[in-house]
Amino acid sequence: MTCLTDEQKNQLIALARTIRIGVLKATSRAQSSHVGACFSMAELLAVLYGESLHIDPQRPEWPRRDRFILSKGHGCAGLYVVLAEVGFFPKEWLDEFCLDGSHLAGHITHAGVPGVEVSTGSLGHGLPIASGMALAAKRDDCPHRVVTLLSDGECDEGSTWEAVLFAGHHRLDNLIAIVDYNKIQSLGKVAEVLDLEPLGKKWESFGWAVAEIDGHDLDEIHGALSRVPFEVGKPSCIVAHTVKGKGVSFMENELLWHYRSASGEEYEQAMAELEQSR
Amino acid sequence: MRTAFFRKLLDLAAQDERINLVVGDLGFGLVEPFAEKFPRQFLNAGVAEQNMTGVSAGMALSGKVVFTYSIANFPILRCFEQIRNDVCYHRANVKIVAVGGGLCYGALGMTHHATEDIAVMRALPEMTVVAPGDPLEAEWATAAVAERSGPAYLRLGRAGEPIVHQEQPDFQLGRAVLVRQGYDWTLISTGGMLQTAVKVAGRLADENVEVRVLSMHTLKPIDRNAVLEAAEQTRGIVTLEEHSVIGGLGSAVAEVLAEADGVPVKFKRIGLPSAFCSDVGTQDYLRQIHGLSEKGIVESLRPMLKATLG
Repeated sequence: MTCLTDEQKNQLIALARTIRIGVLKATSRAQSSHVGACFSMAELLAVLYGESLHIDPQRPEWPRRDRFILSKGHGCAGLYVVLAEVGFFPKEWLDEFCLDGSHLAGHITHAGVPGVEVSTGSLGHGLPIASGMALAAKRDDCPHRVVTLLSDGECDEGSTWEAVLFAGHHRLDNLIAIVDYNKIQSLGKVAEVLDLEPLGKKWESFGWAVAEIDGHDLDEIHGALSRVPFEVGKPSCIVAHTVKGKGVSFMENELLWHYRSASGEEYEQAMAELEQSR
Repeated sequence: MRTAFFRKLLDLAAQDERINLVVGDLGFGLVEPFAEKFPRQFLNAGVAEQNMTGVSAGMALSGKVVFTYSIANFPILRCFEQIRNDVCYHRANVKIVAVGGGLCYGALGMTHHATEDIAVMRALPEMTVVAPGDPLEAEWATAAVAERSGPAYLRLGRAGEPIVHQEQPDFQLGRAVLVRQGYDWTLISTGGMLQTAVKVAGRLADENVEVRVLSMHTLKPIDRNAVLEAAEQTRGIVTLEEHSVIGGLGSAVAEVLAEADGVPVKFKRIGLPSAFCSDVGTQDYLRQIHGLSEKGIVESLRPMLKATLG
């Protein structure tokens, strides 16, 4: 396993900060929601797009690229920011996020947006599609990997578990599912709405190899993504323990910020905290 | 139709390795030859239609041409959102095949009656909807949807239906087939009602009423020209389908007629009422009690024919 150098780490810290600041700006301007869900996955996106995924922004259709599917489509603002940052489309597009006539819709949308593989927004769709892509890659002897990022809430969906069963059965070790386990879903705490525990063991018992990590620790994320497949012949699941709203003190672990967009003093304070973050 | 479909699919898979068959753990005695001959083009996704459809979309977005296969409502209603979002929005090359359209699985009960499938599939953007009228049309339609890029729904009957066409007609997606010429009335049929439509026309010919019979195998896009020509050249149009009268062939034809200028044509839909069928019996029996037998159709047409033909 290769460790991140200080320089790489600093770049990823900066990228995660850029993601959060971009999300704050875009969602505040559009008065749209899901800030907390974007913040919990900022480090995951930073490592994926900063280090791990084999992609080429100049060739979004490159056949050998790794596929990334944001199954938690409501976290789209974070993905749009990182896609613009690495060069898939102009950063100016972010200024129009969710506004009339924009390229960028409030759930991740592929139409006319380079770098977006699949549109999602209804939960429980990403893992089945990713499994189909992974199976096709196996059948065609293609070496690329398929990565999908799920929310914890969408682990309520039956279709997610249909795909967990399927991918385990078919030994899709070119498939990586990351669960952004921020412990808060739409109407409350996951443990109170529909408890997922023991989450890692559930995936394991369906034939997956599982790693549980701190989803804000860049070394742990990078380490896990460098080790996939964790076991040859098994798909890999990374249960990333995260904090909803991570990075802004008054948003952390608060359900409200699944819905609210920051304005006025809130916006100023959030921006100040993010700009000072290291 | 089922047999014709599998025969054609075997041909296609031999010619084109992109062709994949993905089944929802159904097709006993039918899928095995395909699975044995093309193991890397076959997949049993298990009893999990949502995942089956999502997986198929993922395979299609990776360059495959994927036929999903199950019976009656299973590959359509359970996974409708996967069809809408994953397949249609991405214009994925997924062809959804349902056997047992209408009341084919008559005695198996309401859950196995596919009676709103055309309505819901017709409503989806990008979706081509095809309900072949006999095994010849089924074989042709299988090749046509494989060739056409994008999503399609292929509604098949069962096994053992008669071949209706006397000779190989000129099939094109979106173009009705003229099965019998006539200038008094027009009977437009879709799916497995075609044979009944031809028999009805034959019986009425004995009474000197010449009925035009069109096989409207493609419900979307509908053949507007064939409908409008029938409206201009004959005194009335009757649609015939083993499907709810809401949203199926009758609705599609009515939409064309209602928007046409100055076409004062008589019009009638014959199909199933918007009601669950709790009666038990074979397809023929259920057709009969719903007025879809040859005799039932002739009787329901008689008042209209009398009014227009004297």
